[in-house]
Amino acid sequence: MSILIIGAGPAGTRAAEVLVSAGLRPIVIDEAPENGGRIYQRQPAGFRRDPRTLYGFEAAKARAIHDVFDQLRPSIDFRPRTLAWNLRQGVIDTICDGKASAVPFAQTILCTGAMDRAVPLPGWTLPGVFTLGGSQIALKAQGCAIGAKVAFLGTGPLLYLVAYQYARAGAQVTAVLDTTPFAVKAAQAFGLMRGGATFAKGLYYIAWLRARGIRIAEGVTPMAIEGSDRVELVSWRDARGTNHEAAVDAVAIGFGLKPEAQLADLAGVPFDFDPVQHNWVPRKDPSGRTSVGGVFLAGDGGGIRGADLAEAAGARAAWAVLAARGLAADARAVARLDATLAAGASFRAALERAFPFPAKLAADMADETILCRCEVITAGELRAAANEALAMLSPSEVNRAKALTRVGMGRCQGRVCGAAAAEVLAAALSCPAEQVGRLRGQPPVKPIPILPAEAA
Amino acid sequence: MSATSTDVLIVGGGGAGCSTALHLAKRGARCILLERGQIGGQASGVNYGGVRQQGRHPAELPLARRARDIWAKLPELIGTDCEFEVTGHLKLARNQAEEADLIAYLDVAKANGLPLIMIGGNVIHQQYPWLGPDVVAGSFAPDDGAANPRLLSPALARAARDAGADIRQFTPVSHLAHDGTQFVVTSGEHEFRARYLVNTAGYWGGAVARAFGEQVPVSPLSPNMLVTEPLPYFIAPNLGVVGGDVYLRQIRRGNVIFGGGRGQSDPDVPSSRPSPEASAAVMAKALQLVPQLAGAQVIRSWTGIDGEMPDQIPVIGLSRTTPDLFHAFGFSGHGFQLGPAVGAIMSELVLDRHTDVPLEPFRIDRFAADQSFNQQGQRHDASHHA
Repeated sequence: MSILIIGAGPAGTRAAEVLVSAGLRPIVIDEAPENGGRIYQRQPAGFRRDPRTLYGFEAAKARAIHDVFDQLRPSIDFRPRTLAWNLRQGVIDTICDGKASAVPFAQTILCTGAMDRAVPLPGWTLPGVFTLGGSQIALKAQGCAIGAKVAFLGTGPLLYLVAYQYARAGAQVTAVLDTTPFAVKAAQAFGLMRGGATFAKGLYYIAWLRARGIRIAEGVTPMAIEGSDRVELVSWRDARGTNHEAAVDAVAIGFGLKPEAQLADLAGVPFDFDPVQHNWVPRKDPSGRTSVGGVFLAGDGGGIRGADLAEAAGARAAWAVLAARGLAADARAVARLDATLAAGASFRAALERAFPFPAKLAADMADETILCRCEVITAGELRAAANEALAMLSPSEVNRAKALTRVGMGRCQGRVCGAAAAEVLAAALSCPAEQVGRLRGQPPVKPIPILPAEAA
Repeated sequence: MSATSTDVLIVGGGGAGCSTALHLAKRGARCILLERGQIGGQASGVNYGGVRQQGRHPAELPLARRARDIWAKLPELIGTDCEFEVTGHLKLARNQAEEADLIAYLDVAKANGLPLIMIGGNVIHQQYPWLGPDVVAGSFAPDDGAANPRLLSPALARAARDAGADIRQFTPVSHLAHDGTQFVVTSGEHEFRARYLVNTAGYWGGAVARAFGEQVPVSPLSPNMLVTEPLPYFIAPNLGVVGGDVYLRQIRRGNVIFGGGRGQSDPDVPSSRPSPEASAAVMAKALQLVPQLAGAQVIRSWTGIDGEMPDQIPVIGLSRTTPDLFHAFGFSGHGFQLGPAVGAIMSELVLDRHTDVPLEPFRIDRFAADQSFNQQGQRHDASHHA
């Protein structure tokens, strides 16, 4: 029976490497046309830019992952452009180029990665507003910028990195607006220093931006993105309460990352609430094994830990798969991976605390703000529903709110607005965000086309 | 163990249970509704949303007619129309045999005062140019339509509570009995006592009936449902077919909701999920009806758990073993439209011992009395239109 790796990023690549070295031939599925994942996304065919330009400090890592994957190609069954849209007992349902296929598995390693988290604000649906990760991919994969005069708004280490990459690429970075106050980050300085090179790079990006006179504001409250047909202006309030605005033609927003864990959810893996990042994280043991037989997690899809640890987690989960199949493990390799993962965890914890999810910003969203952009539902509509029907028939949770208001019911299935919706609902019900739960995954995890009989 | 007394206990908070609570409370009866999960969490809340009379078993038509009257008055009754829209229901034939079925049903409809318009093969393609070439005829029920199933049960429950009913979610029932004087229903460490018990527990209504010595052949039914992203609005009527293997409608927001076949379920958990095989099969059937849906993106699929009877019509009426016990369950995938009327009827049974709607075909002991009922049952539409 097959081993199925979902996602050909750093975690999936290293998982495949271990399995191939044990003489197995895993199936590797990825939505993208090529391997690399979002972090090391490859250029389209014919693009020939230098890895150094594309990936900056991470060029060597990107190249290593790409080289490993290229060497593995003859030994694996790689299925790019393939969406894994459902997971049930021992089967993952996929679709590729209009052809549906149910792929059975004995074990699967879900390396499904992460997704940007957005906090809706007035004007966030205007053309010209992108997520941070999307802005970075445009640059990395296509050599495109989201605009010529760009503001970066949100929080998290990616904020400074992408601003740096845009400035390096020749875009005018108008402002870097961080909702986390400096003091919150400074409080984690000791823990962050354990990150060594990663921490140093973060400091370098900030110093580089400052040295070029790029405006960096910390502890800001975003106010609005404005424009008639597209983005023209971004406004914010600084930590002292003074209002500012800047003329821009694009805004990149991002408030940290969330695991793309819909397949784990469909598998029946239990989830835990992370009180710092307000993420729901699928439960796994240190090797990546879940309580659902045959289902393993690695990389950011199993909890945000970044690309370096994703590589280690991918390899570690592969060893766990081998153990599940009764094959001998290389004890030294496993011990090394366990040590890497344990050491990385404390830096990651400090990083999470340095850039906590701005739950209050989401909870305080103005009534008129469009919360769910797929269904065009405002925060006020959700609050009204919470006050009326939900509170009356308590206890309440987000899935009921979705049923009554359509929040999270559209094309993205709440992947974009779900986190903010939970904060708005929890605040309206005066309860912790954890208590309103999370939107249940439903197949398809991403849209699939209506197909005629012969394709299915 | 603490105890609460009331006049009527209702087990099951779907459309039938919530409307029973509403009608009882409006007439001044004290009642408590016990729902294991959330109001409308199973069949009543996750169905297709069809408000359809056409194609029903003749025995169900008087009930469906009464329900249709209530649907028209929902805003006065519960303060919302639940997005009910009279779109008409167009039932399609894909071959000569199916067309003959449509024609045969015209007499059933006429006998029950249900207006139906037969549309022949030429006219139907002029009137609905987006229909696929396999459609040979249709019958149009102008009074039928569709509504948002997610809204009905909660709105009924809210109105019931406003009228004085006690609605208790997340209150699973672990034990049911009659102590010779009254019903005693246990949930966790709490006991509920009442003279009357109404069983509106859907699939689990079978277990409630069994607790009082009534064996009912009810099985779980999970209709497989899908919805597309919004498309330009062009399909006005609610569409069905003879045989019921596909049903499809478009809401004004543009999403196309369609279903057919069955998902999987485990009522003991309870859990249910759609079946990819059923989804693939119903996609092909939907394309046969409306070819231009090819390539439209499906954004979600779902199912829930209903109770299905061998003859596809529910159990409604008095218990045969236990005085003051009343059943209304096993709606077999088409109870959504009936829900508002079921509550009115149950309140009449409890308070007046009588209702004008003929309930004989729905008696609970019909299977015990006649093992061959399944074969003798009249042909009707087995589609899961709710």
